[in-house]
Formats: sequence, structure tokens, C-alpha cells
Amino acid sequence: MTGLIASGSALAQVQQITAPPIDYAAIAPLLIVLGGACVSVLAEAFLPRYQRWPVQVALTLVVLAAAGIALGLYAGGAPAGITTLADALAVDRPTLFLWGTLLALGLGSVLLIADRSVEPGGAFIATAAARAAVGGGAAGGPVEGPEDRSYGLPDEAPTMQTEVFPFALFALGGMMAFLAANDLLTMFIALEVLSLPLYLMCGLARRRRLLSQEAAVKYFLLGAFASAFFLYGLALIYGYAGTVRLTGIAQAAVGSNRSDALLFGGLALLVVGLLFKGSVAPFHTWTPDVYQGAPTPVTAFMAACTKVAAFGAILRVLHVAFGDTRWEWRGVLWAVAIISMVIGAVLGLTQTDMKRMIAYSSIAHAGFLLLGAMAITEQGVSATLFYLLAYGFTTVAVFGVISLVRDADGEATHLSQWAGLAKRSPLTAGVMTFLLLALAGIPLTSGFTAKFAVFSAALADGMAPLVVIALVASAIAAFFYLRVIVLMYFSEPAPDGPTVTVPGAFTTAAITLGVLVTLLLGIVPTLALNWAGGATFVG
Amino acid sequence: MLLLVLLVLPLVGALVVAPLKGDARTAKLVAIGVALAELALTVVVWASYSVADAAAGDRFQLEFGVDWIPAFGTRFALGIDGIALVMIALTALLVPIVMLFSWEEKLPEGRSASGFFALILATEALLVGVFAATDVFLFYVFFEAMLVPMYFLIGRFGGPRRQYAAVKFFLYSLLGGLVMLASVIGLFVVSGERLPAGGTFSWAELQRIAADVPESTQIWLFLGFFLAFAIKAPLVPFHTWLPDAGAEAPVGAGVLLVGVLDKVGTFGFLRYCLPLFPAASKALAPLVLTLGVIGILYGALLAVGQTDLKRFVSYTSIAHFGFIALGIFAFSTQSFAGSALYMVNHGLSTGMLFIVVGLVIARGGSRLISDYGGVHKLAPLLAGMFLVAGLSSLALPGTNSFVSEFLVLVGSFPREPAFTILATVGIIFAALYVLWVYQRTMQGPVRGSAVLAALGRGSGDGPGTMLDPAVAAQRGGAAGFPDLSKREIGVLTPLVVLILVLGFFPGPVLEVLEPSVAATLTEVGLTDPVGGMSR
Repeated sequence: MTGLIASGSALAQVQQITAPPIDYAAIAPLLIVLGGACVSVLAEAFLPRYQRWPVQVALTLVVLAAAGIALGLYAGGAPAGITTLADALAVDRPTLFLWGTLLALGLGSVLLIADRSVEPGGAFIATAAARAAVGGGAAGGPVEGPEDRSYGLPDEAPTMQTEVFPFALFALGGMMAFLAANDLLTMFIALEVLSLPLYLMCGLARRRRLLSQEAAVKYFLLGAFASAFFLYGLALIYGYAGTVRLTGIAQAAVGSNRSDALLFGGLALLVVGLLFKGSVAPFHTWTPDVYQGAPTPVTAFMAACTKVAAFGAILRVLHVAFGDTRWEWRGVLWAVAIISMVIGAVLGLTQTDMKRMIAYSSIAHAGFLLLGAMAITEQGVSATLFYLLAYGFTTVAVFGVISLVRDADGEATHLSQWAGLAKRSPLTAGVMTFLLLALAGIPLTSGFTAKFAVFSAALADGMAPLVVIALVASAIAAFFYLRVIVLMYFSEPAPDGPTVTVPGAFTTAAITLGVLVTLLLGIVPTLALNWAGGATFVG
Repeated sequence: MLLLVLLVLPLVGALVVAPLKGDARTAKLVAIGVALAELALTVVVWASYSVADAAAGDRFQLEFGVDWIPAFGTRFALGIDGIALVMIALTALLVPIVMLFSWEEKLPEGRSASGFFALILATEALLVGVFAATDVFLFYVFFEAMLVPMYFLIGRFGGPRRQYAAVKFFLYSLLGGLVMLASVIGLFVVSGERLPAGGTFSWAELQRIAADVPESTQIWLFLGFFLAFAIKAPLVPFHTWLPDAGAEAPVGAGVLLVGVLDKVGTFGFLRYCLPLFPAASKALAPLVLTLGVIGILYGALLAVGQTDLKRFVSYTSIAHFGFIALGIFAFSTQSFAGSALYMVNHGLSTGMLFIVVGLVIARGGSRLISDYGGVHKLAPLLAGMFLVAGLSSLALPGTNSFVSEFLVLVGSFPREPAFTILATVGIIFAALYVLWVYQRTMQGPVRGSAVLAALGRGSGDGPGTMLDPAVAAQRGGAAGFPDLSKREIGVLTPLVVLILVLGFFPGPVLEVLEPSVAATLTEVGLTDPVGGMSR
């Protein structure tokens, strides 16, 4: 009887479903970015080809600026953290901070993507697959096919393919939703929204097309696996907790006498999916190939923004859903962090390609980030947030500089081609040196402040051995950054070495932004630290 | 405020000088002008420092502080005690001398003098910061940042194996620095547990709670700092970077490197290791003393066996650093004062030795000892200067080093007789290595391939194998083996004067040092074994 009544009332509740209240002000940045992406798709479909580039660039920049303003207006009121959209999204301090970080990094990356002066006609091509088949080839020399001209007026230089802009906006929107997701299903959908455009963007390179497409396929296949892991983990956790809401999982995990196998099995699979996105070893194998193969502006976007999104989500999952069970899983993540730092630092030593080297550096940095993410304290959160901000800007600028050093065959990414760069182009070499010192964590750069914040959070939370390992890994990693500096300054340039392209306004702006932020966060980080400070999750 | 100016002035100078690529003369003039202004400012600072106040318990003077990163509990706080003052004075004194010495330095092809002088000024600024910081975080920042200009000085302007030496120098120091970072963070965490206001990096605050920290924790934190300072100082067995860096560095940078930069290590022992980790310092003193004495004997033995003049100077330094470490970890005011004075004296005498050796190499074009002989007949003044620097280095009474070495040994004996006796043996070695090199290169008939080649009396096989290509190209054929020029006399005169003055009247410097070393001894929680310092 009671069962019948209960199901009857449940039925009545089902019939009374009302639309959940939505806090539009809070999620305005996300809506603007996703809306802008849709408009961008329409523009791509209906505008004549020669108008697309200026329209898309302007549209993307306006969308990012508008989202930034909306975010600033909302965050300016110092709002308490809320959940909205039927608790699907949590807009709290970490979300707002990382949204701001993502928008700023997105702006920097879009500037790099939009540049057409470094690579004549832009770094992107549409029908790359077809052209690779007829002979664009692995060598990837410029092939002037008939399609090249058709993207501009007949008497103009070939213009670039512009579908990369809606891709970038969709990916950015997905990232923003990903790190704000308050339940695992939303998180999974956001994961797909951010991943699919990224797979496509990787394969768009105008030069070295086979490499680019290989990168795209690898990224797609491995990414699909990772998504499947994530989904399976989600299913196991749902089986354990009966809910996909992060707070619900936390409640279920405390004081339940159900078998923990489902919970931790689920957590393990879930975390594999997340660590893959964050390129944490041992789930990093795609990183070097994809970083190398993707067009450099896209690499910048991926390296900076994906890292932010992935670690935003890792922070939220670990802190909100699994904060109380930290003693159960921490040992495993200790091992993962050590592996990541060691693999990143040691294998980075053996690289001979700039982009691959930075990829391994990003793996090592992912290990450092994990240290902060594992410290389930307020200090841990704010340190990780700050690290993401600092690392993102440095990385965007690094890839901006890499895109400038070119020879007749496109970008000259082999290390030996950077020999003696200081003599040819002291400014570029100086900027690169500064950025590499920041990646190495030398004081007076943002890299040092960030490392300091993360390591002190980790040490305060009882991870002293891990901090020592991290410092040794930093010292090892410093060697390969140093090697580039040695090459640039102390070696004689090769007679037929690459030249440094004079960057266009967009690339200059992106690099300047990155360098300035790297410097300011190193010398006067207080403002950013205050923004990142006191960050607690709601859920 | 005075200290802030002292810190910022060379930095601004570096920024002004660096872009003057086309106009080397202006760059040099501006740079040396800034360095002289810095020296004048240091005189003002010295005059403003009150020994009486220091004796009355005023640990740091001329303090300046603003909040820097409140989230980390760190302040941009500067202040000096007697030891820091003396070290800053040594830096400010050596920099113009180094600049004057490097005035006509033959830089490797394609390198501009403006870069060289700007980097020297940047090094000077960061050194002032290292000595004047009273916030541990700030100290760490300067300590690490100091690497960068020195790295470029060695790597861009050094000898044939400069890349190897520069990277080795950087990695050794960075590794030590990063381990120290772990301890710096650890200090913050430890202080957060003991102070109601949360963690701090303020040296004074940390010193106040130092005694409450359990010994086991202190030992871990001590080891982090110790490793960084032992690499920097360098103590055996962390010394292997110094001979390479010293040999490949351009002479000017080498003088700064062994003269001042390495003193940051021993300064760090006195300022950070001892007062912040008193229990650990006492517990681990036997270890450090052992390393120090090994350094004295081993460094001296290797110095005897060197074939390369610049490496020879580096190894004598390693021996001297052993004495300084001995004095610091023997815990008495006499030995502390001796060590602090030794830091200055070593900067002067080894700096001068390095310069003289640099002058010899510039004439002969070879770094090998065996390529020289009978230089005294050709360049008596140069040989005389070599002798003065060498005698000061072996601590002949009447020279500055004698006072400090004597103080170290006298101060160390009551507490550590065995180590002191062993260290005394090092003095004999010192006489051996200095005089033997002097005899081989300066005395006897004119001989040696480098000297003969310089005179155009080539012995067929030309100058030695270690001929610096840049020097050889510049020198061309027979340039002779001239005696000191007026500029070179100008470079060496202040050093000779100071070596003799400090040898006979060390009082003024000791007076400045005395209150600070006495305070350090109190901070360690010990009293003098034989009573106060006797002057």
C-alpha cells in the first residue's frame, strides 16, 4: 500500500515538472561564448569566402570581450557561489577565476590563430586531406593548388580557412562548462563539446599535413578512449551513489556501508579520463605527437586552455565529490604525480624538437599542478588556480614565439635550427629566454610564484617527500630549457638557418600579453593571488 | 631607503647600458660611472651605520620594508648588519675595479661590451639584494636570480669551453637553490604552526621562534639551506663546478665569482643556517667541520698540482673556503669575526690574484703554467704584483689574510682543537702552492713557449695548447711582453693598498663586524669558550 501511494505521489511530482530557475547573470559568459559560436557557424555558412576572415576575427574578438565584460560585471559584485540550471552548473569563485583565465587565454590564442602575416594566408587549410593525397605530403612544402586561390578574390593572395574560429569558440564554451559542471553527466557532455572541435583543429595545418592529420587521428582515437573511460567511471559511480551530482557522491561516500569497489573503481576510471585531458603521465602519450603535429596557434590554444579546463574539473571532482575520501585515493595520485614529473623532466631532455620539448615540459607541469590539486585545502585550490593562470600565459607566448622562427619549409622547430638565434634576432631570443626561465621557475617570473604557491600548499598538507621530488624534477627540467638558451646565445648560427618573421599585429599582441602577464605575476602577483585566494567550491 | 637606492641604482644602470650596443665607449663610461656612484653611496651607507646602536642590540639598521606578496607572508624588507655591510662594501669596491680591468677586454667575436658591463651591473644589484634582504623569501629570490646574469657572463664572454662551464655552474647552483626552496617553504609552514599571526618569512620573527622548533625538523630544514650554500661556497665535495666556471669565465666575471658571489654561501651559513637552526647547526657542526678541513687540505693539494693558472686560483679558493667554514662552525666570536673578515680578505687577495693571472694570460695567450718562465725579467712590476697577491693569499703576516686566518685558528682552537691543528697544516701547503707557481712562472731565465712566442722568439711549437683563440687572433705576431700599463696599475693599486692597510689596521672593519658576530653567537645559544674578542 505505502509503495503504491509513494509511486502515486512520485507520478504527481513528475507531472508537475517546472523549468528550473536560471541565473542568467551568472552564466552569461558561457551563453555568450556558445551563442557566439552558433553565430560564427552561420557566418561561415552564408558569407562569401573573402568576407569570412575579417568577419570571423571581429566576431570572435567581440564575443570574447563581451563574455569577459559579462564575467567582470557579475564577479564585480563579489557574488556568493551558486548552483544554477537545476544544479547542473556551479558558478563559484574557482569557476569565475578559471572562466576569466580561459577567456583571456582564449583571446591570446585566437590572436595567434587569426594572424595571417606570419604564415602567408594563415596557418590553416580546408581540404588538407585531399591535398595531402595528391602530394602535399609529409615534406609539406607549399603546394599551390587551385583551391588556395579560391578563398580570396581571384587577384588576391590565398586567404585562410576560417572554420577554425567557430571550432575555437565551441571548444572554449565546452571548457567553460566543463570546469563549472556540478554533476558528472554535464561534465561528460562538456568534455565532448570541448574535445570534438579540438580534434578537428589539430588536422587543419597548412604545412606538414600528414603530421597534422596523424596528430588529429591519434588525438581523436585516444581521446575517444578517454571519454569512454570517463563514461564507464561515471556509470560505476552512479551505481554506487545513485546520483551523478558531485555533492550527492560525497554524501554517499561518507557513512555508507556499501562496497567501496564501485566508488573507487569509478573514481579511477573517471580520473583517467580527466588526467588524459590534462596530459598527466602515464596518460600523456598523445601530447608530444599532437603538440608537434597541430598548427602552432592551435597547439597554443590546446596547451593553455585545455590544461586549465582539465585541471579545473579535476579540482572540482576531487574537492567536492571525493574530498572526504582523500586518504583512500591520494596514494595513487602521489604515484601519478611522481610519474608525470619524472617522465616530463627526463624525456624532455632527449627531445630535439621545440614543440615536443614544450609538450614534455607541459607533462612535467601537469605533475606540479597535480600536487596542488591533491592538497584538499583552500590554499591548494587557490595555488592551483594561480598556477594555471601563470602557466597558460607563458605557454601561449612560447608557442607564439615558436611560430615566428621559420625557414623556407615553414616553422623551424628542430632545436639545431635555433642555434645562434640571439645574433639574428636579439629581441626574439630575449623574449624566449625570459619565457623559458619562467617555465623553469626562476624567481621574478610567474613560474616561480606559481611553483612556490603550489609547493607551499602541498607541503602544508603533508606532502613533503612529493615536494622534494618536484623540486628535483624542476632542476632536471631546467636543463632542457637551459639547452635552448645555450643554443640561442652561445652557438654560432648556421649559414642557412631560419629567419625570424616579423610578427603581425595579432601575434605581437598575443606574445606581448603573455610576456607582460608572466612578468607581472612574477613581480607583483598580489592582485591575482587575492582573486585566486579564498576560493571554495559550492555544490 | 638608502638601501633601496643602493639596490636599484646598478639595476637602472644595467638597463641604461644594455642597449648601447653601437657605442662601446659610452657604455663603458656610463657603467663605470654608475659603479663609482654606487661605491660613493656605499661610503654613505657605511657612515650611516652605527656600531654603537648595533652593540646596543639593534640587529638590522637602515631598514626598509613594504608588503610584497601578503598571500605568501613575504615583505620586500631590506636591512644590514655589520657582516652584510662589509660584504656590500666589498662588492661595491670590486665592481669598478673589475670594470676598469675589463676596459680593453678582448671579448669573443660578435659580443658587445655593453652587454658585458650591463651584466656586471645587474650582478652587482642582485648581490646587494642578497646581502641586504632581511626576508627569507626575498633572499631566496635574489639568490636564484643572481644566477642568471652570471650564467650569461660565463656563457657569452668566457673561454673556449664556456658553454659547458656555464651550464654546469647554472645547474649546480639551481639544484642547490631548489632544495633550499623546499626548506624555505618548510620554514614558512613551521612558523605558521608556531605564530598566532600565521606563517612568515621575516628573518627576525623566524629567529625568535627558532629555538622552539624540534631538532629533527631543524636538521631537515638546515640541510636544505646547507646544500645550497655548500654548493655556492663551494665546500668539498660540491666544488667541482668552480674550477670549470673560474677557468672559463672572463677574468672580470671570475673576480666577481670567486670574490663575492661565492661568499654568498658562507654569508648564508652565518646569517641563515646558524641563527635559524641553532640546534641543527650544533648537531651537524662536526660534519661541516670535517668537510671544511677536507676542503683546506684537498683544495691545497689540488692547487699544487694544477697546470692551468685560472684553475689554480679556483683551487686556492676552495682551500680558503674551508677556513671560512671552519671559523663559522667553531662557534666563537673570534672565529666568526675571523671568518667574516676572511670573506672580505679573500675577495681582495684572490680577486687580485685572479686579475694578475688574467694580465699574465692576456700577454702570453696561454693559461698553462708551464708556458711561462722568467716573467720577472720582462715585467718586474707585474711579477711583483703577482707576489703581493700570492703572499696575501698564503696569509703572510702584514697582509690582510694573516689577520683573518689567525683569528679563525685562534678562535677555533678552544672548541675544536683537532680540526684546528689539521687546518694549520693547510697553511704550509698554501706557502707551497703559491711560491712554487711564482717560482715557475716569474723567476729564473726567460723561458716558456708563451713568453718566447710573445717576444717573437718562437720555440717552433708556438704558444701552449690552451691558447685562447680570441686572444691569439688579437695578438697577431710578436707583441712583446710589456710590463703593467697605467690603467693596469690603476686597477691593482687600490687592492694592494687595502691588502696592506687591512693587514696592519684591521680595527675599523673588525669594529663593524664585532656586534653582529656577537649577536650571531647569542642566537646560536652559545657563549665564547675563552671570553670576548680581543683586539
